[in-house]
Amino acid sequence: MKISLLINEGPFTHQASDSAYRFAAAALAKGHEIYRVFFYNDGVNNCNKLSEPQTDDRNLVALWSQLAKDHEVDLVVCVAAALRRGVKDEIVADGFRISGLGQLVEAGIQADRMVTFGD
Amino acid sequence: MEEYDEGGPEIVKRFMYVNRRPPHGTIYALECLEVVLITAAFEQFESLVFMDDGVYQLKKNQDTTGIGTKNFSKTYRALDDYDVERIYVEKESLEARGLTADDLIIQPEILPTDELREIMAQQDIVFSS
Repeated sequence: MKISLLINEGPFTHQASDSAYRFAAAALAKGHEIYRVFFYNDGVNNCNKLSEPQTDDRNLVALWSQLAKDHEVDLVVCVAAALRRGVKDEIVADGFRISGLGQLVEAGIQADRMVTFGD
Repeated sequence: MEEYDEGGPEIVKRFMYVNRRPPHGTIYALECLEVVLITAAFEQFESLVFMDDGVYQLKKNQDTTGIGTKNFSKTYRALDDYDVERIYVEKESLEARGLTADDLIIQPEILPTDELREIMAQQDIVFSS
């Protein structure tokens, strides 16, 4: 199945990004395709490569980057939501790209399922 | 997305945006509205629902001067210009808050929960904010 994900919360404050990551990894392991992961609202903060969690905790930004690298998952950060929050190209981690909201709508159109992770 | 051929989009899905939070206090209502307006450009079958405290998003005479945030409530009036015509308000949510159709900035279709549930079940994609 072709699946798109929408993540509406930033890392650490909420579990949304953790759950989405684990969902994506599990879906890929089962042979499904992740068409796109779209980051919206505070979810745009998931791409911030300056994020530096304590060493005994998971590093969500790095986990997403690695998932993108291993499985060629398209990680898209909403430009309007990102600019509001000071998230710009210079702090975007590998594997993420900043683009428009149209990418979310298109992800919904192309995928068999759209799954939202939020608060 | 690439531009559509003159015949319109190849795939048309039912997109529903469900607003359940008040207009101010968090950014969800405003950022949902931004998605709604973008979706309109994709010529999909689009609808909006306002329920729970989300019904306050459509309240007339909002004034955000005191909290220094953007008053985006007039944008709901522009939805018609974007051909977003299917706008539903849950009757029970409205009544529970002492509101009537006259309190709203636009004229949505006011439906009881049972009917809304049926419409929701027909959707391809439901975004909840």
